[in-house]
Amino acid sequence: MTERTPVLEARNLQVTFTGRGSRGVARAVDGVQLALHRGEIVALVGESGCGKTTLARTLLGLERPSAGEVLVDGQPLSYSSRDLTAYRKRVQLVLQDPTGALNPRHSVYEAVAEGLRIHGSEVDEGVAVADALSRAGLRPPERFFLRYPHELSGGQRQRVVIAGALVLNPDVIVADEPVSSLDASVRGEILALLLRLREELGLSLLVVTHDLGLAWNIADRVAVMYLGRIVEEGPTEEILRSPRHPYTRALLSVVPEMEGMDEVVLTGEPPDSTRIPSGCRFHPRCPVVVSGEAERLGIVEACRGTALPVLEVSAGHHVACHLPPDSN
Amino acid sequence: MSLLEFDDVSVTYRSGGADVPAVRGVSLTIEAGQSIGIAGESGCGKTTLTGTVLRLLPKSTKVTGRVLLDGEDVLTMSWGKVRAVRWAQAAVVFQGAMHALNPVQRVGDQIAEPITLHSPKTSEKAAQQRVGELLEQVGLPASRAASYPHQLSGGQKQRVMIAMALACSPKLLIADEPTTALDVMVQAQVLDLLAGLVRDLGLGMVFISHDLSVLASSCDRVAVMYAGEIVEERPAAALFDHPRHPYTAALAGAFPKVGDPRFRYSPAGLPGDPPFPGELPSGCPFHPRCAVAIDRCSSEVPPLQVVDDGRVACLRSGEHLELLGGGAA
Ligand SMILES: Nc1ncnc2c1ncn2[C@@H]1O[C@H](COP(=O)(O)OP(=O)(O)OP(=O)(O)O)[C@@H](O)[C@H]1O
Ligand SMILES: Nc1ncnc2c1ncn2[C@@H]1O[C@H](COP(=O)(O)OP(=O)(O)OP(=O)(O)O)[C@@H](O)[C@H]1O
Ligand code: SF4
Ligand code: SF4
Ligand SMILES: [Mg+2]
Ligand SMILES: [Mg+2]
Repeated sequence: MTERTPVLEARNLQVTFTGRGSRGVARAVDGVQLALHRGEIVALVGESGCGKTTLARTLLGLERPSAGEVLVDGQPLSYSSRDLTAYRKRVQLVLQDPTGALNPRHSVYEAVAEGLRIHGSEVDEGVAVADALSRAGLRPPERFFLRYPHELSGGQRQRVVIAGALVLNPDVIVADEPVSSLDASVRGEILALLLRLREELGLSLLVVTHDLGLAWNIADRVAVMYLGRIVEEGPTEEILRSPRHPYTRALLSVVPEMEGMDEVVLTGEPPDSTRIPSGCRFHPRCPVVVSGEAERLGIVEACRGTALPVLEVSAGHHVACHLPPDSN
Repeated sequence: MSLLEFDDVSVTYRSGGADVPAVRGVSLTIEAGQSIGIAGESGCGKTTLTGTVLRLLPKSTKVTGRVLLDGEDVLTMSWGKVRAVRWAQAAVVFQGAMHALNPVQRVGDQIAEPITLHSPKTSEKAAQQRVGELLEQVGLPASRAASYPHQLSGGQKQRVMIAMALACSPKLLIADEPTTALDVMVQAQVLDLLAGLVRDLGLGMVFISHDLSVLASSCDRVAVMYAGEIVEERPAAALFDHPRHPYTAALAGAFPKVGDPRFRYSPAGLPGDPPFPGELPSGCPFHPRCAVAIDRCSSEVPPLQVVDDGRVACLRSGEHLELLGGGAA
C-alpha cells in the first residue's frame, strides 16, 4: 500500500459537543487521522462512548468537524447540500440498530427503493430493488417485497438495511455495529456478504464495532480508538496478535474466546470525553501505570504529563504510547 | 432438594387465535452455588422458559409440567405466595432492563423499592444503608445512589439492575442477556461480578445469552435450546470445546477465535432460519439445517438421551464426533 490516494480520509479531525447543563464541552472526536483505500476493509474498535459513531457520522458529512477535515478522493468534503447529496450516493451509512433504521409502516420494497427515489435514479426500480435484496441474501427477493419489518427476523431486518445501502451501488459503506444485535449464525452470513461485495465490486468498508472477532473475520486493518483518539492502528494480524498499546492488550484479554491471556479488567472511572486526562489519555486506567511497571521503566512522568502525538496515517503499525517499542 | 427444577415444562402462547408452542417439554435442574447457562438463537424460547419461574407470562398462556422452587411448584402457588417469592427467593435481571430504569427517579430509590415492598417496616436509614452495601457489592460507590439513570454509563446501569435484583438476598438469580449491549470491557466486569456472587454468596444462577462463548467462560453447565427444546446439556467447557450436537457445534463454530487463521477472511455462519413455533419440520427439528443429517433424521424425532456427562438429542450423537469440530477443536 503506497501513496495511492485514499477514497476517504480523516485529517486531524475534531468534533465537539457543547454539553447540556453543567457538563462541559465533550471532545467526542479529538484529533483523528484515518485513511480508507479502495477495496479496503478497516475496522474501528473501542469501548462504548469512545467516539466511534461520532467519527462515522462526521465522515458522512452528518456532523461538522470543529477542526481538521474530511477528504474524499483527496479533495476536501464540500458541505453544500447538492454536493452532500451526490456524496451520500457514493458513500452509504448502515446504522447501528436495524429496528430503529426501518420505518415500521414501510414495506421491504419501499424501504429499499427509498434511496433510489431520493437520488432520482434512472434505473428500473423494480429490477434494482430485487437485485439489491438478493445480493443481501434475501432470496427470492419478490417474496420479501411486501413484508413489513415486524414480519422479519432480526437478521432479515439487518439485511434489508444493507440492501438499502447496496441499491445505490456505493463505492464506500460505513457500517456502525452491523451485527452486534445478531446471533452467531446470522452474523456470519452478513459478514460473508460484505467480504463478497469487496471481492466482486471493489467496495471499501469502514466497520465500527466493539467486536474484535468481527475485525479478525473481515478487516485488513484495525484502528483502536480510546477517548476520541486512535491509539493503535495497523494490519489486523499485527494489532490482534501482537498488540502493543496497553489498552488494546486489555481489550483483547477480555475477549471470552481468547485463550492463554491473563484477563486484564480495567478499573477506575469510565472515560469521560468532557474531562480528557492530561498526558496519555489512558493513564488513569493503564495497567502499566497501575502496576508500577511504568515507574520502573521511568516513563510514569511522561504517561501523566506528556501528551502523545496524533498517529500518522500510512502503512505499518502505529502506537501512541510512551512505552519503549521493545518493552514486550 | 434442588434449588430450581423444571420438570417437563411446556409453554404455549395464544396469539391471534393461534397457538404458539414456544417451549416444549423442558427438564432442567439448578443447584445452589451453581450457574447454568441457556443458549440458543433468537426466538428459541429462553426468556419464555425462565418466565415460568416467577409466573411472568401473559395470563392466556398455557403452562404445563412443574417448576419446583425449593421443592414447591410455583405453577400451583397462590398469587400471594408468588408475590412473596419474587425478589426474596428468586429475582430476575430482565433482558434489556437497563432501559427500564425510571429516568426521573434516583437509582438508589429504585433499588430501595423491593426492600420496602417486602419489609414495609424497614426504616429509611436502614434501607439507605442496604442500598449503599448493594451498590458496593456490584462495584459502584455508594454515593452513586444519588445519580439519575442518564448520569450512568450502560455498564453502570446494568450493575444497578443487578443490585436491585440482589436487594432482598434471593437464593436464585435469573439474568436474561445481562451483557448483550455492553462492550467487551464492561461485559467482563459484569461477568466477573456475577461469578463472584455465585462463588461468595452461594447463589444459584440461570444465565441466558445467545453468545455461547460468554456462557462457556462463566457458567458451570450450559443447556442449548433449539425450537423450544433442550438439544444438549453438558458441562460448559466440554460443551463448547467438544460439542456433541450438530447445532451446538454450529453455534460454537460460528464464534471467531481471534488470532486463529481458520477464521481469517472466513466468517462462519449457519445457513437457513430457525423454524417458526408451530411450523416444525418432521423428524429432528434441526434436520433442514443440519450439516450431518441422514435420511432417518427427517422422519425420526431424536429423544434427549443421557450421555456420560449430560444429555444430547441427536440420532447420530454416538458416532460422528469427529465430524463436528467445536469452538476450539
Ligand atoms: N449529541 C451529543 N451531545 C453531547 N454529547 C454527545 C453527543 N453525541 C455523542 N456525545 C458524547 O460523545 C462521546 C462519543 O459518543 P459516540 O456515540 O460517538 O460513542 P461510540 O463510540 O459510538 O459509543 P457506542 O459504542 O456506545 O455506540 C460520548 O461521551 C457521548 O456521550
Ligand atoms: N406474548 C407472546 N405471544 C406470542 N408469541 C410469543 C410471545 N412472547 C414470545 N413469543 C414467541 O415465542 C417464541 C420464544 O420467545 P422467547 O422470547 O422465549 O425467545 P428467546 O429465546 O428469549 O429469544 P431472544 O434471544 O430473541 O430473546 C418466539 O417465537 C416468540 O416470537
Ligand atoms: S503512555 Fe503510559 S499510560 Fe499511556 S498507554 Fe502507554 S504506558 Fe499506559
Ligand atoms: S438428529 Fe440428524 S438432523 Fe438432527 S441434529 Fe442429529 S444428525 Fe442432525
Ligand atoms: Mg456508537
Ligand atoms: Mg429473550
